[in-house]
Amino acid sequence: MSTATDAPKSAPRRGGKAPAGERVADWADGRVGVYSLAKANMRKIFPDHWSFLLGEICLYAFVIIILTGVYLTLFFVPSMAEVEYEGSYIPMQGVLMSEAYASTLDISFDVRGGLLMREIHHWAALIFVVAIFFHMMRVFFTGAFRKPREINWLFGFLLLLLAMGTGLTGYSLPDDLLSGTGVRFMEGAILAVPVVGTWLQMFLFGGEFPGYDIIPRFFVVHVLLLPGLMVGLIVAHLILIVFHKHTHFAGPGRTNSNVVGMPLFPVYAAKAGGFFFLVFGLIAMIAATTSINPVWVLGPYRPDQVSTNAQPDWYMGFSEGLVRLMPAWEIVLFDSYTLNLGLLTPLVVLPLMLGALALYPFFENWVTKDQREHHIAERPRNAPTRTAFGVAWLSWYFIALVAGGNDLWAINFGLSINSITYFGRVAFFVVPVVVFIIVRRICLGLQRRDRDKVLHGRETGIIKRLPHGEFVEVHEPLSQEKLYALTAHDQHKPAELPAATDANGVTRKVGVVEKVRVRISRSYFGDSGQVAKPTAEEYREITSGEGHHH
Amino acid sequence: MSSETGSSKDVSEEHLPHKQDPGAVTVADDPFADPGLPAHEPRKQDIDERAAKRSERVVTLLFALSSVATVGFIVSYLLIPIDKIVYIWPFGHVSGLNFALGWTLGLALFCIGAGAVHWARTLMSDEEVPDERHPIAASPEVKAAVLEDWRAGTQESGIGFGRRKMMRNSLLGAMALVPLSGVVLLRDLGPAPGDKLFHTKWEAGKRIVNENTGLPLRPEDITVGSLTQAMPEGMDLHDHDFHSEIAKAAVMLVRLEPADIKDEQSADWGHEGILCFSKICTHIGCPATLYERQTHHALCPCHQSTFDLSDGARVLFGPAGHPLPQLRITTNEDGELVAMGDFAEPPGPSFWERG
Repeated sequence: MSTATDAPKSAPRRGGKAPAGERVADWADGRVGVYSLAKANMRKIFPDHWSFLLGEICLYAFVIIILTGVYLTLFFVPSMAEVEYEGSYIPMQGVLMSEAYASTLDISFDVRGGLLMREIHHWAALIFVVAIFFHMMRVFFTGAFRKPREINWLFGFLLLLLAMGTGLTGYSLPDDLLSGTGVRFMEGAILAVPVVGTWLQMFLFGGEFPGYDIIPRFFVVHVLLLPGLMVGLIVAHLILIVFHKHTHFAGPGRTNSNVVGMPLFPVYAAKAGGFFFLVFGLIAMIAATTSINPVWVLGPYRPDQVSTNAQPDWYMGFSEGLVRLMPAWEIVLFDSYTLNLGLLTPLVVLPLMLGALALYPFFENWVTKDQREHHIAERPRNAPTRTAFGVAWLSWYFIALVAGGNDLWAINFGLSINSITYFGRVAFFVVPVVVFIIVRRICLGLQRRDRDKVLHGRETGIIKRLPHGEFVEVHEPLSQEKLYALTAHDQHKPAELPAATDANGVTRKVGVVEKVRVRISRSYFGDSGQVAKPTAEEYREITSGEGHHH
Repeated sequence: MSSETGSSKDVSEEHLPHKQDPGAVTVADDPFADPGLPAHEPRKQDIDERAAKRSERVVTLLFALSSVATVGFIVSYLLIPIDKIVYIWPFGHVSGLNFALGWTLGLALFCIGAGAVHWARTLMSDEEVPDERHPIAASPEVKAAVLEDWRAGTQESGIGFGRRKMMRNSLLGAMALVPLSGVVLLRDLGPAPGDKLFHTKWEAGKRIVNENTGLPLRPEDITVGSLTQAMPEGMDLHDHDFHSEIAKAAVMLVRLEPADIKDEQSADWGHEGILCFSKICTHIGCPATLYERQTHHALCPCHQSTFDLSDGARVLFGPAGHPLPQLRITTNEDGELVAMGDFAEPPGPSFWERG
């Protein structure tokens, strides 16, 4: 392809024939219009910032998972039929186990490189979800979800859910003692659904737990249904990124109406393409050195056996924590129906927790009523309430995650498991509130510091002694670039209730919803919610008095 | 999308800063004005050909290293036996093949990436270029034209402006019904629950056998302070329904000093202080068999529900909603422990119809 652009059209060619690359491109252009596509996109500008790489890690981890996953399907047998193990792993020889578990052992011990592929697959899956989380944090804390990117935020959120679902169905497949325990947990959770829970359980498992259907069914969900949906969503996600053009941080020459960076071809392509290989290479090295999910030490699943330290993969840990924190609440209705609140409550809280995150952009937009497009990534400190909400959510998530491993904390730190659980029950409600207040204050403090820097310059650390003996610190005025970057963000004004009466003196009715909105808007953007950025007048007033100290 | 802006051929370097630079007048006007893109500062490689050559050599070396690693991968695959265990500090005893394959593959990939990134950072242009954005929303003219097209389309379809409502509604009705077939097809995913969850393999006179040995248990086999895992006789690991049945029928036997048993009915249902409880946790169904002989507590390792086996398996801690069901036991004429019937209530996690 590159030759097509390098060769000037009028240049004489040897033998009068275009280079091979150009001829291929011509052929393709006549059929799918590659030149128009390339004109629009080949030199497309992508801004550079380390945090923009987080999304790339997600994409690359996904590709790695697909590649290794396809390889694993060549050997994995998604069947719960019982066989006697005859492979080369001596401790399990002669043990009755499902074909799923036996084939997992075969992949690990009898297929050369099979263990490596399994470990890359599993590690990449863990890293995939980690990267999604960090990518989402980047988008959230810089306000990159604002118009026009709300839909892409939702696409990304759905990808998080699908990634969790694919992970869950994936680590359930080997049918070892740990994964079977996880499936049993799912069965219990489904049974807790009121009215239809028992039917759902029978339908999912094709009868009583564990039956023979769950692994073949999870297999098709894991390798076809969910990845298929994810591929579709990822493509849509990427198309929207190209369409919207990437956000960038404010800086000299970087405005809301442009995007500054390097062209896709060649710089961005080389960097992003190279980054794929870096990620893949690192995951391969991790897989080579750090064993993950060694199913052979656990043995096959039996419903009457269990191992301690039964933990899900990390991204399901918070749901585990919600379940572990619950008190034993169970109600029998009319003497004949059981409402298992101990499981039902987490089943309801979990989607609410995630939903709060997914819908936050729409909430913020409802508060601001902002209809403009936003392409400048905000600094987290300049949106204190949003940042505080985000960190509070993370602390909430973290408490649940810690509670999900309460037995590990108890063992490794010599703590009482009961105390950890009681602590978690309280912390789940208290910690997010405390974190919210603290983070908001930190943001306001940082805003004040920015303001001081703009108005008074940078502290140089140089102490000067004046003729009359006073010591002062010399402040160095900021460069024009810095001044611009620190003042480029716009600040919302708090919403106002309309006057109580209109022009004709008729009392205006203001709905409750609008009143609530105005209140929230005030707490977001009022004096307690943000520090006014310095105005040109303030700046001039202070700088004109240069030489005087205060 | 951005067909008219994408090409940077027309965005030549000299016209960039000028267009952005608002000039000194505006800066004086507004102290926080955008000074525009800073001038490009050349890297060492841009001005020093020797530095550029050095970068080229580093990139080439990385790519060559990758090729060597790939050869190493193939050689390892062919030469290292799959069951070879080697000691490698600090990882300990590891599979030699896995270690070699992982490192060579990792290096082969990583070096390609490192080479490409180093090339991009040192030898490709690092000049930042702006690209204008355009409003996402269509202009009013485009919108008006689309609405006009829409009107024309609905008009031509014959159902525009409220005409032929019956036809339209019948289509909507048919479309709404069609997916029902798909829903109906799901019926055979599984059987109706019926009373499946209410019954287990236990029945009157069924002997209680040790889960490991399969031998019938006698009262003298169960000592005070011990916990014995057991199941109904006649269950074989090779049975088609073994897992489904053991998931409900698995029990544990403990022996307490009769004076220690606080719950009268529980003592009654046991035999000489031997109590037989379902070991399937009533929370989500893990075996709750971590037994503390001093306190008679049984703990479930999954979510730490704790049951007091001396008090009818009452829930002491954790999320389980009700006690572990107890199996009524006695001995038969041969002195073997037997069940006196099925559990009085369904074992395992609770469900809606459990009551």
